[in-house]
Amino acid sequence: MADTAPTALESRRRVVFGESDVADFDDQDLPTEVMPLMMGPSHPAMHGTVRIALEVEGEKIKTADIQIGYLHRCFEKEAEHATWTQIFPYTDRLNYVSPMLNNVGYALAVEKLLDLEDKIPERAQYIRVIVGEISRITDHLTCLAAGAMELGAFTVFFYLIKGREWLWELLEEVSGARLTHSYVRIGGVVADLPEGWAARLREVLGKVRVAIGDADKLLTRNKIFRDRMDGVGVIDKADVAGWGLTGPIARSTGVPYDVRKDHPYLVYDRFDFDVPVGSTGDNFDRYLVRLEEISQSMRILDQALTKIPAGPIIVDDPRVALPQKRETYNTIEAMIAHFKLIMDGLHVPPGEIYSFTEGGNGELGFYIVSNGTGRPWKCRVRPPCFANLAVLTKVLPGLFIADVVPTFGMINMIGGECDR
Amino acid sequence: MAKIVLDKLIERFAGGEILETGSQHGNEWARVVPSAWRQVAEFLRDEPALHMNMFVDLTCVDRQPAEPRFDVVLHLYSIEKKYRVRLMAGVPEKQASIATLVPVWPGANWFEREAFDMYGVRFEGHPDLRRILMYQEFQGHPLRKDYPKEKRQPLLRRLPGSV
Repeated sequence: MADTAPTALESRRRVVFGESDVADFDDQDLPTEVMPLMMGPSHPAMHGTVRIALEVEGEKIKTADIQIGYLHRCFEKEAEHATWTQIFPYTDRLNYVSPMLNNVGYALAVEKLLDLEDKIPERAQYIRVIVGEISRITDHLTCLAAGAMELGAFTVFFYLIKGREWLWELLEEVSGARLTHSYVRIGGVVADLPEGWAARLREVLGKVRVAIGDADKLLTRNKIFRDRMDGVGVIDKADVAGWGLTGPIARSTGVPYDVRKDHPYLVYDRFDFDVPVGSTGDNFDRYLVRLEEISQSMRILDQALTKIPAGPIIVDDPRVALPQKRETYNTIEAMIAHFKLIMDGLHVPPGEIYSFTEGGNGELGFYIVSNGTGRPWKCRVRPPCFANLAVLTKVLPGLFIADVVPTFGMINMIGGECDR
Repeated sequence: MAKIVLDKLIERFAGGEILETGSQHGNEWARVVPSAWRQVAEFLRDEPALHMNMFVDLTCVDRQPAEPRFDVVLHLYSIEKKYRVRLMAGVPEKQASIATLVPVWPGANWFEREAFDMYGVRFEGHPDLRRILMYQEFQGHPLRKDYPKEKRQPLLRRLPGSV
């Protein structure tokens, strides 16, 4: 008995750990039937409620039907019945981890229709860049944190989410709301940056930098993490154009398309920053691209905080900007102007515009049709992750079930934006 | 910005396929006849001088009471040359259908499903024209202007025999 026990253990060890005993895993596959498997809509890894109807053969995925729409809130229909300013709260809820970027994207589209584009005060443009880049950082932090957690790295999740919370606290100071900011207005922004805010932002960025460094050390050379990411979910560079991929997904394949560089808006042409690109288009590249983009956003923030000029924060145009509160309460003209802007809404001349900015996930487009009334005739959002998610119907087949989790995580599908 | 795209289009399609072109707020647009929809799209993708190979967006606009009622709107981009263009094609309510672009750009698949879901415009030859945002049992097309905003359609699945 005493003799046989270690031998039995030894043989078990070989079965469990001895991969070398099995020459070719494919030889070991037994014939299996195709089995349907539903991932989601409420599955811990399907953040944002989405269902992936898989057809699996053993562990291998044969087909993947991604079913979205669970978070459809009729954004377009509601927008057609709202005044131009009332749409801002709806845009907050598109990509709800980077609401400022949606606010800015929508405001720019309407400003182009109003021909106000060149009249936005410089300080307002800098503020938009600053809050937008903070939002981009929170967006990437969320994606990396959730992606790491789903692969078992819970510590990283806490490090990064803590950083996101510090940044959201700063945005809360600016806008009054932690998440649904509605901070941008047509023609500018609603309030100036609070006293001492820039110093607090620099301090928080320092802390976030440490958190990113910790996450980097914990993940980038971690074998468990790399095994799930390297060479998994490869997107071909040739697929980028045909599938309309943008943002970190497109850049991970090596296409250096970034709206901030290729079609600079606001004051992005005044900053020095790089566009990181990957080489293979796998999950690990998407992870690296996002990690590097956080650093680049911090570079932009650093320069913007140094360069930001003093001045007004909203355009001086009574057609679009509300009068000062002091005026509203003391003069009849300002009170009427205030009343008209709130009740009727501002009037946008008839026309059509497709305006695009770099959102957290890629090209965030607004296609707006105005017929000259106080409400948009059509207000379409071109959601970047709608196109980015669609490509998974091509990428997933051939992978293992377990690969769905990191691949889906690194696409960073945000239900609010995808389903609208 | 990208006047060359419109010039090339007019040059190539002289037979009346291009109904109207214009430029507004820096956006170049062209209105094409629906029968030439796919042909124009393929030309833009393959023409080496333009190389508009990136599918950006596809949606519809309900222009009620104008005729034709629906406009199918396509946005294209050239990563290489940085041109952008908007293509529009009017389809009447009675025969709301147009050729699919899925063989041209696989990414058009979901966008066309959404346009069908929201506006009821059919894309002929689409491999899988199902609703995408609404549930399959939904009646009507919610973004049509005659679909009331307040209308509710709760999804109730009753067991057979229950009241």
